[in-house]
Amino acid sequence: MWLVFAAIAGPAFRSADGTAAVLNAAAPLGILAVTVALLMIAGEFDLSVGSVIGFAGMAMMLLVSHFGWPLWPAVGATLVISAGIGLANGWLVVRTRLPSFIVTLGSLFVFRGLTVALSRGLTGRTQIGELEEAAGYEAARVVFAADLGPFRISVLWWLAVAAVGAWILSRTRAGNWIQATGGSAKAAREAGVPVERVKVGLFVTTALAAGLVAVIQAVRFTGADALRGELQEFRAIAAAVIGGTLLTGGYGSALGAALGALVFGLVQQGIVITGVDADWFQVFLGVVLLAAALFNDRVRRRGLASA
Amino acid sequence: MSGRGAGLLVVLLAACTGDPADGVRGPNLRVVVVTHGQSADPFWSIVSNGAHAAGEDLGIDVEYQAPLSFDMVEMANLIEAAAASRPDGLVVSIPDPAALGGAIRAAVGAGIPVVSTNSGDDAWARLGAIAHVGQPEYEAGVAAGERLSGSGVTRALCVNHEVGNAALDRRCAGLRAGLAASGGTVEVLAVDLADPDAARERIAGALAARPETDGVLALGPAGAAPALAAVRGIDAARRPALATFDLSPEVLRAVESGEIAFAVDQQPFLQGYLPVVLLAAHARAGVAPGGGGVVATGPGFVTRENAAAVIELSAEGLR
Repeated sequence: MWLVFAAIAGPAFRSADGTAAVLNAAAPLGILAVTVALLMIAGEFDLSVGSVIGFAGMAMMLLVSHFGWPLWPAVGATLVISAGIGLANGWLVVRTRLPSFIVTLGSLFVFRGLTVALSRGLTGRTQIGELEEAAGYEAARVVFAADLGPFRISVLWWLAVAAVGAWILSRTRAGNWIQATGGSAKAAREAGVPVERVKVGLFVTTALAAGLVAVIQAVRFTGADALRGELQEFRAIAAAVIGGTLLTGGYGSALGAALGALVFGLVQQGIVITGVDADWFQVFLGVVLLAAALFNDRVRRRGLASA
Repeated sequence: MSGRGAGLLVVLLAACTGDPADGVRGPNLRVVVVTHGQSADPFWSIVSNGAHAAGEDLGIDVEYQAPLSFDMVEMANLIEAAAASRPDGLVVSIPDPAALGGAIRAAVGAGIPVVSTNSGDDAWARLGAIAHVGQPEYEAGVAAGERLSGSGVTRALCVNHEVGNAALDRRCAGLRAGLAASGGTVEVLAVDLADPDAARERIAGALAARPETDGVLALGPAGAAPALAAVRGIDAARRPALATFDLSPEVLRAVESGEIAFAVDQQPFLQGYLPVVLLAAHARAGVAPGGGGVVATGPGFVTRENAAAVIELSAEGLR
């Protein structure tokens, strides 16, 4: 795929700036997609991550600019709030036994609505900026939004989250539990896997990833607006699927999801760099998603046949 | 990525660019336009038509890019990608200077001349753009407010279809100031332009909840259509006056029939056309507008008197 764009766009795409434009765009989605893949492997969906990005970013901005908090405590509180939302999602799913698709669809609406309502209710605005005035901004910028040449530091966060996700999935007992939970919750429970705890933990993880993305984007763009993160939940699921994660659970890979996000970045940015109207982005994306799903399915069947 | 997927992409890319090679690096100048316009909003098709018309008139390549939804993070990514393609000029709308400032400064820093359009009259200079083309939003809101108050409106509803866009917030603020001179007040209502039915319900609900409302100002055709439908549901004697920012065929028909009192025209065609012309002139002769560098394209007003003339052009996507 990279070759396709590289051939058409020529030096612009292969340049450091072109590569950075792709990786920078893919990084936040990559952070989300890795954790969403883990949750999907355990057999659940989280449709609320996009709304949590909007809510967490706005919460941080309100704490800083409306309530006068220094930035670092606000970052901590934002991550705690995000984790709390994940906990609530997980608890509801486990307790009510409703499909997580429905539960988190509910939280998608609730938190997007709260983001608009709270920001307008407290400040009369839906867009809050000037985070660079906050105490501690310089240090936060180094951690969340530093520039390494043309590359954003969020690319390193993406790599780190992917590495940790891959390690947990393949090298730890938690990883075995995640796969067992998604394979067959009943069998897993009989084998002594704490299925409920695994699921709740993973909902907390996806929400934390959304909180991290919110912090990165708020620090980078020195503010937040009420629409941040819209549609990211579906993009994260698409990236996970492109990366080989099964919608039905039980199978998938963290690194695959990270690569799925890279494919997303390639398509999205490659289209602009090659000079095609971005109107076509969704068309390409849909084709890539279908092609990847077909390809993954073929590979898995072949793998099963030869095993 | 699968080989088959790559193969499909090649076919698709070839299909929609014609010969891709000359779209990227020709002997001509190349200008990339990145706006925040959503594809469901007819306004932005006119901006795009204006930009492409300028490209044809001047014989230069113009590419028009916009994120799928009102998404500043995505738009910053588009600006970054556009800058990486090293165009001879970059046109951007700046609805959120805090979110887009970094990407715009980086493009300026890379030596790409930038002209802002439509929104960004408060930010373009400090971000390093050479000029701004557009309508000063607050002043346009004030002018609309004064016009409404002149026709007797004292309780107005400001219908915002693009929550998060600071320029639209300024229009509502201007409306408030324009009405305040005569003691009028304003309520702001957020609606979703992707879902006109839900938007109509929301507006109708707000009007039912506050029956003293005697004026409705929509901030664009995407908000005006549901507002018009909602207002029609109210009995003629108590029907609030309706006005809107920006034009569309539907808005113009309603202005002609008197159902919409007036439309504030910021002339989007010029907002696509002029930045391309300015960047071409800058690339060829190193010149830029003086007098503060803001080229004002509005506010003008379309009323019952001149609506018919504008309708013909609107159907062609020029007004």
